[in-house]
Parts: sequence; C-alpha cells; structure tokens
Amino acid sequence: MTAPLPASSPTPAAFAPRRRISMTVVGPILALILLAALGAWLNPNFLSAANITNVLARSAFIGIIAVGMTFVITAGGLDLSVGSMAAFIAGLMIMVMNAALPSMGVGIPIVLLGMGAALLAGLLAGLLNGLLITKLGIEAFIVTLGSMGIYRSLVTWLADGGTLSLDFQLRSFYQPIYYGGIFGVSWPIVVFGLVAILGEIVMRSTVFGRWCAAIGSNEQVAKYSSVKVARVRLATYVMLGLLVGLAVIMYVPRLGSASASTGLLWELEAIAAVIIGGTLLKGGFGRVWGTVVGVLILSLIGNILNLTDLVSPYLNGAIQGLIIVLAVILQREGKSGA
Amino acid sequence: MKRILAGLCLTTAMSLSAPAFAETKTVGVSIPAATHGWAGGMNYFAQEAVKRLEATYPDLDFVLATASDPAKQVNDIEDMVATRNISALVVLPFESEPLTGPVKAVADAGVWVTVVDRGLSVEGIEDLYVAGDNPGFGRVAGEFMAKSLPEGGKIVVLRGIPTTIDNERVEGFQAALEGSGVEILAMEHGNWNRDKAFEVTQDFLSKYPQIDAVWASDDDMSVGALAAIEAAGRKDVKFVLGGAGMKEMIARTRDGDAMIPANVTYPPAMIATAIEVTALGLVSSAPVSGRFVIGSVLVTPENAAQYYYPDSPF
Repeated sequence: MTAPLPASSPTPAAFAPRRRISMTVVGPILALILLAALGAWLNPNFLSAANITNVLARSAFIGIIAVGMTFVITAGGLDLSVGSMAAFIAGLMIMVMNAALPSMGVGIPIVLLGMGAALLAGLLAGLLNGLLITKLGIEAFIVTLGSMGIYRSLVTWLADGGTLSLDFQLRSFYQPIYYGGIFGVSWPIVVFGLVAILGEIVMRSTVFGRWCAAIGSNEQVAKYSSVKVARVRLATYVMLGLLVGLAVIMYVPRLGSASASTGLLWELEAIAAVIIGGTLLKGGFGRVWGTVVGVLILSLIGNILNLTDLVSPYLNGAIQGLIIVLAVILQREGKSGA
Repeated sequence: MKRILAGLCLTTAMSLSAPAFAETKTVGVSIPAATHGWAGGMNYFAQEAVKRLEATYPDLDFVLATASDPAKQVNDIEDMVATRNISALVVLPFESEPLTGPVKAVADAGVWVTVVDRGLSVEGIEDLYVAGDNPGFGRVAGEFMAKSLPEGGKIVVLRGIPTTIDNERVEGFQAALEGSGVEILAMEHGNWNRDKAFEVTQDFLSKYPQIDAVWASDDDMSVGALAAIEAAGRKDVKFVLGGAGMKEMIARTRDGDAMIPANVTYPPAMIATAIEVTALGLVSSAPVSGRFVIGSVLVTPENAAQYYYPDSPF
C-alpha cells in the first residue's frame, strides 16, 4: 500500500511505513468508519443522500487544497498562506467578474474569465511563495507566514473592510457550479474526486511523486541523485497555488462573496488533514488517499456535532482536537520504534 | 484634569486663533480590525467621523489604530499614550478582560476615556460609555418571533462567537419568547460568519424536518442561512430574522421580501457617536460624561428606508 520509496533514501523513517504498514493504513480508515457509524447511530438523517452531499461538498474546498498540501509537505515544505490566499483570490475573482459584467454580460464567457483569473492568480501566488523559498532560500514557514498576512490584509483592503459580493444575476448564473451536478453528484464532489485520484496517481506512480518523497526524506542525497531539488520544490508550491485557485472556483458560487473572514484557518485544517492521513509532517512520505480520509474525518466531526445535542456547543473545538489527536495516535502506534 | 483641559481649549478657541501647533489635542481611537461585516461597517464609520471632525476642528488631531487581537490593541494604546501624548482615548475593546488593565492605566494618567460597545470588566474606569443594547437586541428579535409565529412554531438559532455580547442577546431572546409557545429546537454557534452559518443551517435542515423560522441574529449569518435554505429547497422555513442592519438585507426588507420581513438594528455607527461626543467634550464646555445606550430598533418594510446607508460597506 505504501508509495514506492526512492532507493536512495536510507533513513529509517522512510522504511518504517513499509515494515509496520498495517496500523498506519488502517488507522485513518478505522477512525473514519467509527465516526460514520457513530453519526448513523446518533441521527438517522446522517446517512441521507442530502446530508452526505452536504458534507462531501463542503469538504471539497479544504480537500482540493489539502491534496496540493500533501505534495508540499511530502517534499519537506509547508504553506501557511493557503487560507488567506483563497480569500484574496476569491475577492479578486469577484472583482474581475463584476468589472467585466457591463462589457461581457451574464454568460459562460464571463464565468470562464473569472475561472481563468482565479487559476492565474493561484499560479502566480504559488510561484511567488515557491521562488522566495527556493531561490532566496528563506524558510517556508517564514515566507508563507508573511504571505498569509499579506493576502489577508489585501482582501480586507479590496473589500474596504466589508464584503465583496458577486453581482446578483451573475451569482444566480454561476451558482450551479456549487449546487448543481452530474448524475446526482454535485460538482464540488466530482472535482474533489478527480483531484484526489490524479494526486494519488502522481504521488504513487510518477517520477515527480518519488522526487517529492526523496527531497523530503533527504535533500542532500536527492541532490546527489541528480534530482533538481529547487525545481521540484517550486513545482509543489505552484501546484498548490493552482489548486487553491481551483478550490476558489468551487467556493465563490456557494455564497457569491468574499470577506476578511473567508478561508480563515483553512491552512491549519488542510495541514491537519494531511497529517491525520498519515503523511509525515517532516516530509519524505506522502499519501494522498490518506489526506482525503483526513479531510472527511474533519468535516464529519463538525457535521455530527451539529446533528446531535451530545455536548455543549462550547466544547465543539475540544471534541475536534481530541479526535484529531486520537486519529493520529491510532496510526502512530505501530511506528513507535521509528 | 479633564475639566482643565476642556477649559483651556475653550479659552484658546475664544481668545486667540492660536498657531494651532502648540494647542492641538490628539484623540486616540482604537478599534478591532474589520474581520467581519459589522466590524467593517464600524471601521468605515470611524474613518468617516475622523475625517469629518478633522475638517471641522483644526485644533483636533486623530490617530486611528485597528487591532487584529487584544494584545495588539494593548500595544496600540500604549503607543498612543507614549508617543502621541493623547488627550482622549476612544476604545472599542476587542475583549473586556485583557483591555481593562491597560485602559485603566490610561484613565489614571488623566486621559479622557470613552469606551464603546464592549464594557470593561471593572466599572467606573471610563468617563463616557457608548454602547448598543444587547439584551434589547435579543428582546426585540424575540418579540418579533413571538408575534410572527403561531403557537407551537419551531425555530432554530444561530449564535455568534461565544462572548458576553452573544450571551446577553440570547438571554434577552429567550426571555421574550417565554410563554409564547414558540419552541427553540436548537442553538449552535455560527460565529457571525457566512460560511459557518451556511454549514450549521444545512445541518439543522438535515436534522429537523419542520423548521418555521431561523433567528440568524446577524446579517452575515443570514446570508449563509438563506443560501442553505434555498439550496435545500425547503419551503417550511417561512423567514430568516437577521440583525445589525446590513444594507443588502435592509434593502430586501424595504422591498418587501417575505424571507427577510424585518431586521433588528445594532448600528456599527455607534463608534461615530462615541468619537463625535468625545470631540465635543474636548472643544466645548458641554458636559458629556455618562452612559449613552443606543437602543435596538425593529426595522420593518415601513421604516427600512431610513436605516439604509448606501455608502457603508456593511
């Protein structure tokens, strides 16, 4: 089940997942199944198609971003800016579409323009993070902490402290991207699924995926094995930026607005999902399907807490934290020697 | 001290149109950053008030600082005292507890202190207190619910960020509903956030087959709740009652939208009231100390037009 490990990576940590595979694989899935069973037991509506659709669709934003984050973390990096980047891109996309409305009118071209703007902005934002990290050699934590503050301020400034709202007619036209779907599966779920499958394939079966793991596991050795470390690392940030743009494309039609509170703490949720899924925070090993399970665990917790009156709403955060830690303990058990 | 200052100012104004340099007084304004719609509106009105007053009173200088957390706000206030030598401080505390000590130190140094909206945890520090009426906000909303729903009506409640403000509102709301026969099915925190309110409302709709109305308690949350109801195609929800008077929602009430039949005010412009009155105290001899509570009013289609501020971001 484990991703193919680079032959040139001799650290014990890299071998650990292969040796004691069972618990790390079963852990997150077990946690997900337990949560789903708990939800179904507590409330019969939990398994209704409408509720499942709600949960999956709202997971899509974080999920799409978390898939990109898996690559960044696997390659030994980190990106704290994705939440505010999403808010900034959402604001930008709304402004571009509103500005083009008088000349283009409501229609498919203007939606495509907005989507193009979002992807382009994501690409540039990712490129900027990546270049600062690889070319100038600044710590990823510091670079992205800085850009996190910058994007959050920029969106507040663009919105003049308030909320940027998509023109009402435009919003009605664009709305089916979030609420509509194909064969009864809504678009955000379809896109999330595709991104996850592609991510899994890239991580597991391509040279790029192996390079990421090699760099994260030991940068020096990767370099001597003629892996273009800087370029691969840059690519992970650009890819993450693009995926943030894609997530925004799914997010904007939901409420048609962006404000300073958009995407708040998404970066931490995405990182938490990646780690719950079994990717090593220090890099060297990544698992995209695990990330998907992690994202689902996180949104299920919120959903179940809302569907039941089990605990005081004041304690929601505590329950969430508890389950995150438990999910990680469950899978680390077998690896204590590593 | 304050009297003396006010007196000095009056003398200056009357006797000599002095080279404003020496006699210029500085008013510090410290408010939370625009992290949600209401705060955005509050920031807007603070800037407008400062702009207007600087033009009106050449002798007054203003320094406006926005803080993203309580610690930053404490730093802002300390900087204002240390480097700008402020004569008056208008502060909307991020949180009551952490700001009480620092603001008390400012007041002890003889600076006029105006506290807005969130009271400090020790009484008697501020010279002027300007606030919205949180229990009243809940009560007005509760009375509207009781009046608009039949006995046995079922509602769900979206609460704000867990704070004293939210508690006072919810208590007022519950008290107003008592004996009306309207049943609160569930309450959950939507954190005055559109996305969170959207998700919580979706889950409420999954959980309860019959909901007659939603008290969103804030217009940002109304936006999320309305989107969730619309997406679920639920016809049983008759209306959503928000609050704080976001201009888009006020416009919908004004235009007779049945889903938004009313609103309850909690004007972000109260910061402007506080700044204006503080400035008045500095430049005139009019007594301005005390408490100024701005009541929460029910906005209906009939009176909505007068609560619509097209230029405000909120």
